[in-house]
Amino acid sequence: MRFYRALLSLYPASFSAEYREALSETFGARADELSGPFAGLRVFLAALADVIPNAIAAHADLLRQDLVYAARSLWRTPGFALTAVLVVALGVGANTAVFSLADFIFFRPLPYAKADRLVKLWQGGEAFGTNEVSPANYRDWRAMSSSFSGMGAYWARAANLVGADQPRRLETVRATPELLPLLGVPPLLGRLFTTREATTGQYALLSHALWMSQFGGDRQVIGKSIQLDGVPHTVLGVMPPTFQFPARTVEAWTSLSLTEDDFKDRTDTYLNVLARLRPGVSVEQARREMALVTGRLERQYPKENEGVGAAILGLRDELSERSRLLVLALCGATLCILLLACANLASLFLARGTHRARELAVRTALGAGRERLVRQLVTESLGVAFLGGLVGVAAAALGVPLLARLVPSNLPIAEHPSLDLRVLGLALAFVLFTGFAFGLAPALAAGRFGGLDSLRSGTRTAGGRTQRLRVMLVVVEVAASVVLLVLSGLLIRAVWRIQEINPGFVAEEVMTLQTALPLPKYESTARRAQFYDRVLEEVRAQPGVQEAAYATGLPMSMRGGIWPVSLQGEEVVADNENSVSLRYLTPHYFATLRIPMRRGRDLAATDTFESPFVAVVSESFAKRTWPNENPLGKRFTLALSERTVVGVVGDVRVRGLERESEPQVYLPYRQVADNSIISYTPKDLVLRTAAGFPATTLLPRIREIVKLADPEQPIANVRAMSEIVAEETASRVTQLRLLGALAAIALLIAGLGIHGLLSYAVSKRSQELGLRRALGAEGGEIVGLVMREGLTLALCGIAVGGAVAYAAARGMGALLVGVRPDDPLTLAAAAALGLLTAVAGCLRPALRAARVDPLTALRTD
Amino acid sequence: MPNDRETADQLLPLPQATFHILLALIDEERHGYAIIQDVELRTGGELRLSAGTLYRSIARMVEQGLIAEVTRRRPAADDPRRRYYRLTPFGTAVARAEMRRLSELVRQARARGLKPETVA
Repeated sequence: MRFYRALLSLYPASFSAEYREALSETFGARADELSGPFAGLRVFLAALADVIPNAIAAHADLLRQDLVYAARSLWRTPGFALTAVLVVALGVGANTAVFSLADFIFFRPLPYAKADRLVKLWQGGEAFGTNEVSPANYRDWRAMSSSFSGMGAYWARAANLVGADQPRRLETVRATPELLPLLGVPPLLGRLFTTREATTGQYALLSHALWMSQFGGDRQVIGKSIQLDGVPHTVLGVMPPTFQFPARTVEAWTSLSLTEDDFKDRTDTYLNVLARLRPGVSVEQARREMALVTGRLERQYPKENEGVGAAILGLRDELSERSRLLVLALCGATLCILLLACANLASLFLARGTHRARELAVRTALGAGRERLVRQLVTESLGVAFLGGLVGVAAAALGVPLLARLVPSNLPIAEHPSLDLRVLGLALAFVLFTGFAFGLAPALAAGRFGGLDSLRSGTRTAGGRTQRLRVMLVVVEVAASVVLLVLSGLLIRAVWRIQEINPGFVAEEVMTLQTALPLPKYESTARRAQFYDRVLEEVRAQPGVQEAAYATGLPMSMRGGIWPVSLQGEEVVADNENSVSLRYLTPHYFATLRIPMRRGRDLAATDTFESPFVAVVSESFAKRTWPNENPLGKRFTLALSERTVVGVVGDVRVRGLERESEPQVYLPYRQVADNSIISYTPKDLVLRTAAGFPATTLLPRIREIVKLADPEQPIANVRAMSEIVAEETASRVTQLRLLGALAAIALLIAGLGIHGLLSYAVSKRSQELGLRRALGAEGGEIVGLVMREGLTLALCGIAVGGAVAYAAARGMGALLVGVRPDDPLTLAAAAALGLLTAVAGCLRPALRAARVDPLTALRTD
Repeated sequence: MPNDRETADQLLPLPQATFHILLALIDEERHGYAIIQDVELRTGGELRLSAGTLYRSIARMVEQGLIAEVTRRRPAADDPRRRYYRLTPFGTAVARAEMRRLSELVRQARARGLKPETVA
């Protein structure tokens, strides 16, 4: 029986309070009928069978009643219902969208088997940061370490695919045969290549997208031969559509076999190394082992491996601090919005609760217990929260793909984040949180002043405590919106600052495209020069084209290409102190990009392999190498040869607007031996058009020109240079738009909050205000009185918000590019906006207060 | 208290337990366990209400005004936890309405020649 009584607490409290004794008595009487063997067990089972289904049914009955009641009462106040639903939708929608983005970037498992056991290995040293690995070191690391169950290497290479309908430029990855099995993703069709195959021939695996677009999804493609950069590759398999490695842009994986030749130069680092940790081995243990391994190698090769250690990073560790902060800042902002939404709703419900105090009191008097009332009110708020949540999730589902710009491209995840069950679960949590957060407090407040007080006291209900709570909520709302305003303001200043940075060239009116010349067809420097000269000559002759040139890579598009430089007689040692960004150019590159020529001359067509080797250097290089000397005529060694400086040009932000770049050195396209430094072959065509000339109209003509020069040569990546520069700030601009929108929403919510609070206060105090009018107070005084009240709250909120924003901004240093977190202009603007909103919110209630007629006010009640 | 025929009709059809509880209370006021016993007796043991089902029905029926609790002098030996219920006039009206509904159904079935006994 004691068990049965305990079970009774499963019923709704109101029900079990009413019927607990009667239920026990009746159950006891029935239990007495049970006798015989196992009577105890049968009573136990009977108790369960009695209480559990009935308790569930009783709860469902109550829920149905409460829902019907809630629907009716919300239906009677559509303005309130709509506002509440919209506010929840905003809060839940914004959070669902941003958290699905965060989940996508930070947490969702990468699409490989046991992806958390995969690590990347880099050559690391104090002077370098992290670097690719040389084949020799890779070979030795593999042989000497035991922490990994497998290790593979790859390097990315773009290749021209010939044989399909149009020559096409592909992003490919050359992978050692150990690499793909590490990922644990079986091919959709065919199979992966074996170690033997990799050493004996050239094999390729196609991405699903390439298979569909170029081969029409033909299953017969397996075993066929395709031409990549003129080399036949046998197609062994097709990967599934979800497979991407190391980035989503890669369309084919080809077999790579390292040969004795590759192992010769231990300082030639270009391999990416991926490894799987052996079961039970932690990253820390692997790091310790690799420290021993690299130590031994350093002793063995003191010259080449000086200071070379191994850095072990998880696949997600490559996420830049900036991408991380961008998303984290958004998460913070949307949480702010959620908080605001809750505060606003709590305030709305409190006001409504006070208005409804009489209704609730009547229900109490009719016998509804406090628990029933609280339950009723919570049902109402949860109902609103669910409706709002539905709208919010729907909006988030539509909005999430727009956040694609914030997805870093160096992660092997899909381009477009999408909602999944986990995020929907999170959305449900947000809904429950909001529902309880704004429903429970008012409900408890309502439960507290139940009973006859409210019936007796007419409109002057006992609401002091409720009102204080609402005052605090308004302060919180203002503070949260000021935080968002300050952060958006700081980030706007940061973007302005970045956009003001001089990239070192003029991007407007410059069109770029790529014609990557395949090997071995273009191994010979002369043959390449012939192609460039022919294309450039024709392009320059086009109407509207002012200048054109070929270069190894465009600033901000190709960020690497770093080489060590040595001065006469020195030995070449790679470190930060003498590294430069190296580019091969045709003449007129500086004129095309309007990179200012400071001294000397441009590279010329006469700078051939037979003439003296020359170079044009950037100002920073000249200053670093020969401070206070005339750099013209000075000599240095770079890229296997000694060169003489013939010109000095302005510096360029090669690594992007937000980063310092190495000094730049430019070499003539003809001064390179056949088949040497082949990956620096110029492939980017840049051309400057006359101001206002529609550059894209040139494209068909350029295609023809290239086709005439080489019918098998594809054109890729046609872009405006200004687009490349704009991309530097694209993710920031997306983030800013979002943050700005959130700040605007926050401001609106805060304004509504102040308005609601004061309107309510004014209507509550109409008697007092009427009395003041009757005693001779002017309308202006009354307006001042109400405004003062509202503005005091706003100022409190602004002070709190300013302090919180300052603390938050200090944590976002990396995003602020030197804008101080206490930037006075931003703080002042945010405060002014906050205050302005407060004034707007106060105005109507204040004017209404001034219009209170002394007589009617005194007459009420 | 609503007690016209139209309101009574709105509650139809009655859940089985509700109708049986109404029937149990037609001739006398009963406490919970007595209602269970009466129903069980009348249905030949086919319907055995559990305590929870009974009081959930009772709570709803009190709210709907079909039955009311009675406070009466109890015999000295009676369990003080027992609660007694009686039929209200509205409850009687609803029981009648349900009866009409059921007999109308039966009448229609007979008119179509259906017989409860299985004819081989």
